[in-house]
Amino acid sequence: MDIIERETKARTVDCKSAEKESSVQIRVLFFARARDLTGLTDMLLEVSYGSTTQDCLNKLISRFPNLEEIRECMVLALNEEYTNESVIVEEKDELAIIPPISGG
Amino acid sequence: MESNGGATDVSSIRSEIETLKAAKSDIEQRISVLEAQLRETTINQQKTDTVSNGTCRSISTVYSDNSHGLSPDMIYRYSRHLLLPSFGVQGQSNLLKSSVLVVGAGGLGSSALLYLAACGVGRLGIVDHDVVELSNMHRQVIHTEAYIGQSKVKSAAAACRSINSSIQIIEHGEALRTSNALEILSQYDIVVDGTDNPPSRYLISDCCVVLGKPLVSGAAVGLEGQLTVYNYNGGPCYRCLFPTPPPTTACQRCADSGVLGVVPGIIGCLQALEAIKIASAVGEPLSGRMLLLDALSARIRIVKIRGRSSQCEACGENSAFTQDQFRNFDYEKFTQSPQFPLPLKLNLLSADSRISSKEYKERVDNGEAHVLVDVRPAHHFKIVSLPNSINIPLANLEARLHEISLAMKEEEKHKGSESSSGASVYAVCRRGNDSQRAVQYLHKMGFTSARDIVGGLESWGRDVDPHFPTY
Repeated sequence: MDIIERETKARTVDCKSAEKESSVQIRVLFFARARDLTGLTDMLLEVSYGSTTQDCLNKLISRFPNLEEIRECMVLALNEEYTNESVIVEEKDELAIIPPISGG
Repeated sequence: MESNGGATDVSSIRSEIETLKAAKSDIEQRISVLEAQLRETTINQQKTDTVSNGTCRSISTVYSDNSHGLSPDMIYRYSRHLLLPSFGVQGQSNLLKSSVLVVGAGGLGSSALLYLAACGVGRLGIVDHDVVELSNMHRQVIHTEAYIGQSKVKSAAAACRSINSSIQIIEHGEALRTSNALEILSQYDIVVDGTDNPPSRYLISDCCVVLGKPLVSGAAVGLEGQLTVYNYNGGPCYRCLFPTPPPTTACQRCADSGVLGVVPGIIGCLQALEAIKIASAVGEPLSGRMLLLDALSARIRIVKIRGRSSQCEACGENSAFTQDQFRNFDYEKFTQSPQFPLPLKLNLLSADSRISSKEYKERVDNGEAHVLVDVRPAHHFKIVSLPNSINIPLANLEARLHEISLAMKEEEKHKGSESSSGASVYAVCRRGNDSQRAVQYLHKMGFTSARDIVGGLESWGRDVDPHFPTY
């Protein structure tokens, strides 16, 4: 299952990069305070090929400067797995921005 | 109602009802304590009897010979657990021998406590220093109306005892602080965090690290919930994930942002589930993973989170976070937010730029030409508002200034501008903070006569019109 998925993904990336070499499109998911700050639950983000999650974050912050508020305090997950800011994103990746909530 | 006598009757009836209710709850609590005592004594008695009189207690001998030591009552009470092949006698016995501390008897704690009491955790502790309020009732389902104004710990403990009188319930009716946390948490195997503010979350996590206790952490606000298990089986602690505390502006509280009642209920249930799994040593606890509940879209996501951070200040390899350091750590300073949040009280304006709600009322009664700007968000304005106020949320004030000028002109025309100064401007909000910010801005933009109503609508409800709703 995993392998098939990865292969499909690799193929998509190949096709895409053939027709549109310079960029990849990812989906960004916002949670908690990030939703308030952007007014969105999710969005598509186009970044140049080879961009890292940090590049994505920078691009998001330039678009939503308010996000700076939670920059130092969030969990980043790429395709539902913990990620650090130096991982390179691929076409159709899902990047989740998860600030903590403390209400109870 | 028309005579004084009638009013006294009503108030004396009310006060007698209150007195009787208080007495009733005291009696009920006493009964449940005695029942638990009786049960314990009977069990001990039976044990002694079997030992001393082996001839006629053969049936008792049969069950006490079982290594699990479950009494007939317990077997019946927990039968549906015992019937679960993957849980069974072993799981239940483990549970009965375990102890769980729930910090916070609020929205999360309510459902967590009800299930933890029901399922037969042997010793269940509750920490809370607050009292039950009417605005808690929509989500804090462990409390009943009869307990409004009374301690949450007392109310929650009574509810737990009424569900399961055979377990030990311990009340910690005090706030958790660095001075008492080590002593309280050390008495339990597992800690469930149901608090509502960042300093408490760091305090509890650090204390669990220092004491080596697993922490079942849940949070809920608005329509979202989060759940994970910290400091368990090599998993991360709260600080590994969030080494830097969120800025105060990012901390949403239920009292300000609102919360759909069932959301903390769901997360609290899941916290009970995780605590039960750890206590009974069954299944795979949610360690190293975080569950995100999005109630609005009916989506639950589970993301893998980082492992323990070697650089973590609390649990990292080189960290020497000791009990002493914990006791001296200032969590409010670290998170820059109060552990027991009092409503913020700004004081941005000079006295002559402010007016009390009573004084404002007098001016309205005297027919003063004025415009009242309510600067709360539109959805607050829909809950309740003062007559003849116009709603311009603080965030939109800059863009909608002309509406104030327009309203002033109309008011002057309407009232006849016999006074040279024209119509005055007042700003109001919920508690009197945003209204000061608004007046500061209005002064800057040339509305020099603008004043704010001290204490906002809350003070109106308190000092002018007791029937005015508070929220």
